[in-house]
Amino acid sequence: MADLRINEAGLKRDERLEWLKLFGLSSPAILMVLVVLVLPVGWLFYVSFIGANGEFSLENYERMINRKSYARIFTTTFQISFLTTGLCILIGYPLAYFLSQLPPRLANLGLITVLLPFWTSLLVRTYAWLVLLQKRGLVNDWAISLGLWDEPIKIVHNMTGTLIGMVHIMLPFLILPVYGAMRAIDLDLMKAASNLGANPRRAFWGVFFPLTLPGLMAGSLMVFILCLGFFVTPAVLGGGKVIMVSMKIVSNIELFVNWGAASALGVVLLVLTVVILWIASKFLNLETATRGGGH
Amino acid sequence: MAGVTKTYGKVHALDDVSLEVKSGEFLTLLGPSGSGKTTLLMVLAGFTRPDCGSLKFGDEEVIRKPPHLRDLGMTFQSYALFPHMSVAGNVGYPLRLRRVPKAEVARRVEEALETVQLGGFGERRIDQLSGGQRQRVAVARAIVFEPRILLMDEPLSALDKKLRDQMQIELRHLHEKLGMTTVYVTHDQREALTMSDRIAVVNHGRIMQLATPRDLYERPANRFVADFIGESTFLDVTRRSDGVAVEETPLILSEPLPEARDLVMMIRPERIRLSETGPQDGANNFAATATEVVYQGDSYLLHADLAGGKQIAMRGAVTGKSVSSLPASGDKITLTIAPEDTVLIDAGEV
Repeated sequence: MADLRINEAGLKRDERLEWLKLFGLSSPAILMVLVVLVLPVGWLFYVSFIGANGEFSLENYERMINRKSYARIFTTTFQISFLTTGLCILIGYPLAYFLSQLPPRLANLGLITVLLPFWTSLLVRTYAWLVLLQKRGLVNDWAISLGLWDEPIKIVHNMTGTLIGMVHIMLPFLILPVYGAMRAIDLDLMKAASNLGANPRRAFWGVFFPLTLPGLMAGSLMVFILCLGFFVTPAVLGGGKVIMVSMKIVSNIELFVNWGAASALGVVLLVLTVVILWIASKFLNLETATRGGGH
Repeated sequence: MAGVTKTYGKVHALDDVSLEVKSGEFLTLLGPSGSGKTTLLMVLAGFTRPDCGSLKFGDEEVIRKPPHLRDLGMTFQSYALFPHMSVAGNVGYPLRLRRVPKAEVARRVEEALETVQLGGFGERRIDQLSGGQRQRVAVARAIVFEPRILLMDEPLSALDKKLRDQMQIELRHLHEKLGMTTVYVTHDQREALTMSDRIAVVNHGRIMQLATPRDLYERPANRFVADFIGESTFLDVTRRSDGVAVEETPLILSEPLPEARDLVMMIRPERIRLSETGPQDGANNFAATATEVVYQGDSYLLHADLAGGKQIAMRGAVTGKSVSSLPASGDKITLTIAPEDTVLIDAGEV
């Protein structure tokens, strides 16, 4: 009887070598993630538990629970994030639908205009809104001359201004995944729905909308999470009256040089974001959603 | 359907098409890709708006009716099953749209699934089904609401050959069982011949011939149909005072001479006999030289040159006797065609 397990040792060795090679190739990336992500976040956690006297304490977290101002800041942050996401859906979904119905060449042109703002600096766009929305700005001037309202109204340095700016900046993050999901829908499906007796409204809500849901969820989630940690736009257009978590972090460091308090805020924001993602993942498959919602 | 025309730019996708589908019949639109057969189906279903024309179901003009009010069942080449619904969800969709009570929906869905031999598959997800099963679900969904007409757009083109053959028979049985008027689109002539009561051959946006499968094959109305359905060789026919001739050989015909001025003779490879005893009386005989003989198991294919230089193909049955005496290339042979198989058609290009 010949040996039935010919070359077994050699093949095993080849397999091990292959695995090592793979590991070797990805090690720079792993190292990178370790240095710029895992270590800083770990350090952030550590600092958040260091009190003013330099010893371990929970005072940074206790302060957050005890002081009313912190509760208000978190409420504002979630309020703005929810409203921004909602408005983005209301404006972005119909626009994405419109683009998805255009012939490919026109749709590409449309997408470029959607993406164009990404080429200008966030700061520039935010200050542009400031100019447009101020008391003697373009929007007020026109509205008055058109007779929409009589007195200049306050549409900046408050919640309204912040929302306008935020929605403008976040819109592309919603439109792109939704558009992707819409493009992925087989046109025959809509024909089939119609053929089976669905009027356009029922075909939309029964077939089209459910199929875009993964894309819509992905886009909304992205907008919401980006909003939670947003700084520039609310800082400029809120005029100091709309305080979000990120702004409190900045003031903790710049004004009070309290790294512990700032870190604790960062940790809470991070944990909240992770919790939201975790909840969202219960409802939809994030992996397919980020692929553009195609089934 | 009468006088339906649809142009895309300068291209006539449909050119003054008129067609009558009889109640309960299985009618196939057969044609090469780009012939307009799918456009015709889309006009029927209401997805394509023609430039002009009339479309009637019974006495009711429906050309301007939107698709969702036409009450037609349709299956798509891509099946077009809704991926976010279960099998039962898909099949029940047209019933739910018609506000059929829940219990009845469940009953009729199960019935339709049994009809396509998918009983008990209701809870499956669409992506758990094979191609053949998806096709069945699509059929179930199209018949469950008992539409006036069932439209099928190349429903079997995505399946492998074996499954396709099986589904052809199954769909045919289904049609016999339900008696539902069916309009079927395909580019596969064998499929069309197998399944249809009548076939409309479509080319360049026009109907070339509308006939039963047998008439279409035996008596094609023109050269396009003869060429498209089955294999055939065409020989030029010359008119003479005493009749017609091919390559100086006067033809014996079983039917009166067609009226068209220019005629060609259509020869089906399988209708030619190889005569071992020279020219046969009462038949049309052609002397030829074999150029190639291909043994194909169940039959053999013989290519030969006629005296006039024209190439001709014949297919013969292989039997224990004929297999040992197949001609070799270069052999002088006599090809015999019975008068019934000598078909003359209009030579004009359509």
